[in-house]
Amino acid sequence: MVDRIPSGTRDFLPDEMRELRAMTDRMRAVFERAGYGEVYTPALEYEATFTRAHLDWGPTARPAYRVFDEHGNVLVLRSDMTVPIARLVATRYHDAEPPLRFCYFAHAYRGVRPQRGQSREFLQAGIELIGAESPDGTVEVLTVLCDALDAAGLQTYRVGLGDAALYPALLDRLNIQDQERRERILTELANGDFVGLQDEIGALGIDDEDARLLLEVPQARGGPEVLQALSDPLQHAVTGMRAVHTLLAPEVADRIIFDLGLVRGLGYYTGAVFQVYDPAHGVPIGIGGRYDELLGHFGRPLPAVGFSLNVERMHIALTSEERRK
Amino acid sequence: MSDLRIAVPRGALFTSTLDLLDRLGVSTKDVRENDRKLLFESAGIITMRPSDVPTYVEAGAADLGITGKDVLLEQSERELYELVDLDYGHCTMVLATVAGKDPAAEALRRLGVMRIATKYPRTATRHFLETGRQAEIVEVKGSVELAPLTGLAEGIVDLTASGATLRENGLVAREEIARSTARLIANPVSHKLKARAIDALLERLDAM
Repeated sequence: MVDRIPSGTRDFLPDEMRELRAMTDRMRAVFERAGYGEVYTPALEYEATFTRAHLDWGPTARPAYRVFDEHGNVLVLRSDMTVPIARLVATRYHDAEPPLRFCYFAHAYRGVRPQRGQSREFLQAGIELIGAESPDGTVEVLTVLCDALDAAGLQTYRVGLGDAALYPALLDRLNIQDQERRERILTELANGDFVGLQDEIGALGIDDEDARLLLEVPQARGGPEVLQALSDPLQHAVTGMRAVHTLLAPEVADRIIFDLGLVRGLGYYTGAVFQVYDPAHGVPIGIGGRYDELLGHFGRPLPAVGFSLNVERMHIALTSEERRK
Repeated sequence: MSDLRIAVPRGALFTSTLDLLDRLGVSTKDVRENDRKLLFESAGIITMRPSDVPTYVEAGAADLGITGKDVLLEQSERELYELVDLDYGHCTMVLATVAGKDPAAEALRRLGVMRIATKYPRTATRHFLETGRQAEIVEVKGSVELAPLTGLAEGIVDLTASGATLRENGLVAREEIARSTARLIANPVSHKLKARAIDALLERLDAM
């Protein structure tokens, strides 16, 4: 008889472990060198820690596993590391002088949809920079991100850079205030349904030029020319992205793809958002961004920015890159 | 077509899709001449069942794909970009039952639940959930029209273009659930990393 393991989980054997370990060791060295000390938090947290900020986790990233402890408290398996680190900063470092820099290599736990190759348990590698404003903090984190990806051995990766506040600002500017409509528009956008987006925009009854703007802006992606092409009123909304870009070292700036459609990643992102792509892999291998309001929910209001990389997906991308050579 | 790989559905959308690709400047001669071959490297075309198109595109095994909205509705959790309504392959997802007195409504009234056969279990489940009716969904893989004629189910949820198949089997459409057309979909990573090639294609499409 064969004992099974739950779908979405798996065993790791020595050959794979050696390669994963070598990759994470190289990344850890990058993080440490940049001043990001490694932390570890419990895999189990009180549910209240994860529900406190009333975040919109989207369908995939919300905590999926709950257990009762011996006192009847509800515990959850963490679905990400940013929230536990926000808690850690507010409690262990409540009077420490910012900025604070932490890195982590830790598993997160999420629900899966059947037959999709998703993982219930997966290793994340990431950093959090607490107490550093935009653009300087964002620039530092993007630089460490690229250093870590370089150290991991990835060569063809790109980092998409967008701004969670851009599209809402555009809706404000066009005076679209109906909350229900805004939510529907943002949902179509988050789903990547541009046909549905066009229908929703068509139903607004705004003039053609404004409608075109709402449809075209989120599909704009590419080099700095993407920002140049925007009309004047929108220039103000991308000053943040532009400021970040001008401060980046050339080798980091070359990795950036401006992506105005990158509007919502995880619920806590407030400003810059980024996603890491590799042409050798069909899904993003990492995500990051600014979360300037999250720490406030834990009683230590500080601006913050960070990223997390999916180590297994990086490994898949790395092996695919090697095959393509 | 440069370095883009596009997933083309065999079946009802096949010919219209090849015609569209011809007009976009993608040579489909090879595809038309080889009925069994699946991968056409030089043209950047792979062919498959329509319901497999989202699978290939989501995984990045194809950058772009063409499939029906009905397929996308059934696989709505896939992480894809839906770029363009291609405006062909028009059809409607309907609830149909045998002509005359509606046996599904009768079952719902007297038994509290109706049995519905379909190839689209998720779309059907969602529809009855949203309209507040209890339905037992029976999934079948083909010839759905047989189900209400043999007592397997009281009604079906299926796709119809002209209504001819329904009529021939003595069925009538009772409700329209969704309209469907062919859609151009993209892998989100390809959409970023191959932006220029994809946008060039969209521009040619727009100009037609």
